[in-house]
Amino acid sequence: MLNKNPLWRYLVVLGVLLAAFLYALPNVYPEDPALNINASRGGVVSETTRAELEQAFIAANITAKSVTLTEGQLLARFSSAEDQLRAREVAERQLGSTYITALNMVPTTPAWLRAIGASPMKLGLDLRGGVHFLMAVDMKAAIDKNLNDLVQAFRADLREERIRYRAVQADLERAQVQILLRSAEDVAAARSALAKNDQELLFSDGDSEHSLVVSLSENRVKEIREYALEQNITIIRNRVNEIGVAEPLVQRQGADRIIVQLPGVQDPAQAKEILGATATLEFRLVDNDSDLGAALDGRLPAGASLYRDRNGVPYLLENRTMLTGDHITGATSGYDEYSRPQVSISLDAQGGNLLSNATRTTIGRQMATVFIEYKPGEERNEDGTPVLVKYEEVINAATIQARLGRSFRITGIDNPAEAQNLALLLRAGALIAPTQIIEERTIGPSLGKENIDLGMTAIMWGMVVVLIFMVLYYKAFGLIANVALIANLILITGFMSMIPGATLTLPGMAGIVLTVGMAVDANVLIFERIREELAEGRSVQQAIHHGYDRAFATIADSNITTLLVALILFGIGTGPVKGFAITLAIGILTSIFTSVVGTRLLVNLIWGGRRVQSLPM
Amino acid sequence: MRIFRFTEPLNFMRFKMPALVLSGLLVIASIATITVKGMNWGLDFTGGTVIEVGYSGGADLSQVRKVLADNGYADAVVQYFGSSEDVAIRISPREGIDQSTISNEVLRALSATSSEPIEMRRVEFVGPSVGDELKEQGGLAMLAALIGILLYVTMRFEWRLSVGAVLSLGHDVIITLGLFSLLQLEFDLTVLAAILALIGYSINDTIVVFDRIRESFRKLRDATVHETINEAVTSTLNRTVVTSLTTIIVLVVLFTMGGALIHNFAFALLFGIAIGTYSSVFVASALAVQLGISREDMLPPPPPEKEGEGTEPLL
Repeated sequence: MLNKNPLWRYLVVLGVLLAAFLYALPNVYPEDPALNINASRGGVVSETTRAELEQAFIAANITAKSVTLTEGQLLARFSSAEDQLRAREVAERQLGSTYITALNMVPTTPAWLRAIGASPMKLGLDLRGGVHFLMAVDMKAAIDKNLNDLVQAFRADLREERIRYRAVQADLERAQVQILLRSAEDVAAARSALAKNDQELLFSDGDSEHSLVVSLSENRVKEIREYALEQNITIIRNRVNEIGVAEPLVQRQGADRIIVQLPGVQDPAQAKEILGATATLEFRLVDNDSDLGAALDGRLPAGASLYRDRNGVPYLLENRTMLTGDHITGATSGYDEYSRPQVSISLDAQGGNLLSNATRTTIGRQMATVFIEYKPGEERNEDGTPVLVKYEEVINAATIQARLGRSFRITGIDNPAEAQNLALLLRAGALIAPTQIIEERTIGPSLGKENIDLGMTAIMWGMVVVLIFMVLYYKAFGLIANVALIANLILITGFMSMIPGATLTLPGMAGIVLTVGMAVDANVLIFERIREELAEGRSVQQAIHHGYDRAFATIADSNITTLLVALILFGIGTGPVKGFAITLAIGILTSIFTSVVGTRLLVNLIWGGRRVQSLPM
Repeated sequence: MRIFRFTEPLNFMRFKMPALVLSGLLVIASIATITVKGMNWGLDFTGGTVIEVGYSGGADLSQVRKVLADNGYADAVVQYFGSSEDVAIRISPREGIDQSTISNEVLRALSATSSEPIEMRRVEFVGPSVGDELKEQGGLAMLAALIGILLYVTMRFEWRLSVGAVLSLGHDVIITLGLFSLLQLEFDLTVLAAILALIGYSINDTIVVFDRIRESFRKLRDATVHETINEAVTSTLNRTVVTSLTTIIVLVVLFTMGGALIHNFAFALLFGIAIGTYSSVFVASALAVQLGISREDMLPPPPPEKEGEGTEPLL
């Protein structure tokens, strides 16, 4: 018999290898030091900004490889890190504080590779340097706040219904509100009155006489938690953008956790301060009686101060605040009955009362919303950490149309994007659940670089030693196993670059080294089997045929279990360990493919088509 | 080239009892060490802060310790990490303060008292709740891996073989853990990953042998159980040794060149694979024999019985 394979099999294997090779190729090209420039809140990056910046670089004698505008952000590439740093200074001076600049390393994948969607592997933070935070949202605080709001609301509702109560108090330990009343009739009346206003409450009789216990339904608790988490994610995303990181990641993990990854950030202390910075909101009346022009000249009227919005338009606002942001319980953007953008705001009971009192006599006047934020500024403390600077900005000024209560709307907003932004800022200033950093992993830039070098050296030397060993041990067949091993490495790199979520980490590189050692296993199994078949006196062609067929069952069985372990690792692992699981799993699959399918074709191509008496192994 | 060239199967079963006794003793000793000395749990599991700083001109550990003590971190563990220019500082968990700021304070204090600029190389902080979770998840993962393998091997093989395989896996894991406890090497997440990879590797090895045992039982009709197993282990010995050798070679490369961060990872695998190779040759099949495996268990299932024979009529 002869061992021949149809042409299409060769084509399929060649096709897979070629594809993997193409997708692995972008990893070979070096990265350019670059500068990312984004517009800060409300600002716009335009073609004019681009041209101006390019001129500024030329004026400062910096040669930029290119300055391009894509998807609302500017990207300037440079040939050296030195140019990149100088360019950053130039750009910051040129553009001012309404823009955010971030240092970045961008791939130089050629256009024809980008056209097929090829890009280099993503590197984990342990390889590129940067900060990883795991933040926990204090859900108890969110629930507590909600219960306290309920107490206020219940008191108001009972008063309105003229039901006399002895006490309404929150029991935060048991997550419920207790209401003490005077008679059984009052209990029934209170129950129906409160149930009417809110469907998501659970009522039961309290321990003491004439009492009512109210707790939140599972649904409501879930809503509160979701809202608190989403709110924090939005706020953190905003702040992270302020830090000026090229490719930040802010991602939800589980029910109450948020992962924040900031590649390239070299000062974790600063990042912590920015993430932990607090923003607040204040509502103030616009002072229309005094002279704005005089105030601009420095003659401020008593009881008022000068504020500006982001375009620099001045406002004279009364010093007395009508309401602070911590009373806001929700803010959503939408459309009013005339399909104009609007923002609906809801307040807690106390906030409703405050605003209701404050707007009783001020209908027709303007109310401004001031956003206050503490951001790290240019100045440094003695210890090198940036001084937090208070930024106050008018984000909206609207005429009070009627007496306002627990829920009101801001209408007359220019466009939906603006409404969305305003709602976001309102929510940011009304943080209901604080977060806490519960895990930090920071890798300095030099250590990241070192880790890559170490990993690459280990992979290279591991390869070299195994390649030599295989040739010594199996001669010509060893060479075939080596071809498979190299193909294997290309396949792993190609797949890692292709899969969007796959990240290469230091343990991941260790996984590749391990795969190099283990990948030869399948070929060893096959070759040993062929040797045995030959020793039992089969013909060369039969030995090859049986060798591959019989070894396959064993290879499949033994690798499925290893794959099982890799999947479990992936399921439970975090960051770096996940990276190890990914390379291990991909390595197992590619090594089965290269040995069972790949080398068989090669062996058949060389020895399968002719009558040979012995095999060079 | 060939490592072993046998004309006759080697008598591995002769070492059945000595191997089982030796392994039993090693497992008992390991469990004793783990109970008495405990594991040196890494930061991932205990919580706390690790800060690695680089001094370009070489670090003075006593100076670093003094600065830390002056700032209220007298209990900090200060060691060289990888070279005499890098220092790893480990601070155990504190209560009642925001621990995520400890690293900032330490870095500030160190750079304020150092004449030359110091480099922040690495900061890791793990809150106490995260540490407990990781411990729990790690234990669960190991258990899930063992159970998953037990199920798969039972499905594909006979139960005696699968119990033998899983017991020998447990043997490999316990002895590796025992060594880590004995030498008080730090057990962190990467070592946990190594142990899980070891489980994967070791079962791989064992299954190759078991596959051949099953085949030999079906082929050698007249041989005894011992002879059959000797035949199977001998004929797979070359493969076992070659694969272990290539894997050990790359692990030695990883151990010597991979850097300090994956030192313990490489060490765990290196030792684990050595012990795993031993156990798949000497222990796994010996256990299956002790459990009473026989040729009948291994033959393909007999054709279905004739209709109506020995079964209740349907109606």
